Amino acid sequence: MGFIVTAIVSFIFWILLSGFFDAFHIVTGIISSLLVALFSHRLFVPEGTSLKVEAARIVRFSMYLPWLLLEVVKANVDLIYRTLHPSMPIDPVVIKFRTDIKEAMGKTTLANSITLTPGTVTMNVTEDGEFTVHAISREAADGLLSGEMQRRVRDIEGRDV
Amino acid sequence: MEIRVIISGILIFSGCFLILVAAIGVVRFPDFYSRMHPGGKADSMGQLLALLGLMVYEGFSFVSVKLGLIIVFIYIANPTATYALAKAAHLKGVPYWRKDSDKKEDGNGD
Repeated sequence: MGFIVTAIVSFIFWILLSGFFDAFHIVTGIISSLLVALFSHRLFVPEGTSLKVEAARIVRFSMYLPWLLLEVVKANVDLIYRTLHPSMPIDPVVIKFRTDIKEAMGKTTLANSITLTPGTVTMNVTEDGEFTVHAISREAADGLLSGEMQRRVRDIEGRDV
Repeated sequence: MEIRVIISGILIFSGCFLILVAAIGVVRFPDFYSRMHPGGKADSMGQLLALLGLMVYEGFSFVSVKLGLIIVFIYIANPTATYALAKAAHLKGVPYWRKDSDKKEDGNGD
């Protein structure tokens, strides 16, 4: 199952990047994507992955994206203000918190989201889910500790883990 | 002038502005960790706007799809690279700048 999914995704990627639809390119693409799938489907779809769970996660992730994008825009406005303000209003703090997100993908999503959202950069994530975050100001740290983003990323992962 | 050209011009200009802000931020901010902020955020947004401008200029074609893919991959790669740098500094115990005392504390937090 993972083999077929990997082959299909690789082939779609091939089509997008090549842009040619003649027999030669199509056949080469099919052979290449089958080869790639043969070698790497265990990395792309690890053993014991339920496609239904992953599909639901992708749907929930795409509903998370608009919120994230809005936060990214806010982060940049905030950053422009702090950078160009003559007195440079920054007051950095380092905070630590724990999350109950278990899977590596969820932790990666949360860490990268923290880096992209206003005033915070992830410094360290441990195996057991402890996050060390550098915040450029008190308010940014408090915003993160309110836990809205954690809740949202937790919701993407789903309760069935 | 076509409206599409104007829109893409505005987008590319704001992208360049953000990258300029990122560069100024990297120079102005006091220590390593606060310099990660402009590097991780403004750079990603800057490339997003600049490439989005090129996408608008190009119209819907294979080229703009490829540009969109570049945006997506940079958006995954840039925060990850920022994290890798910050983690390396954190594990090495690079001190971070505090406003109140104006002295540096070690980077392992409280």
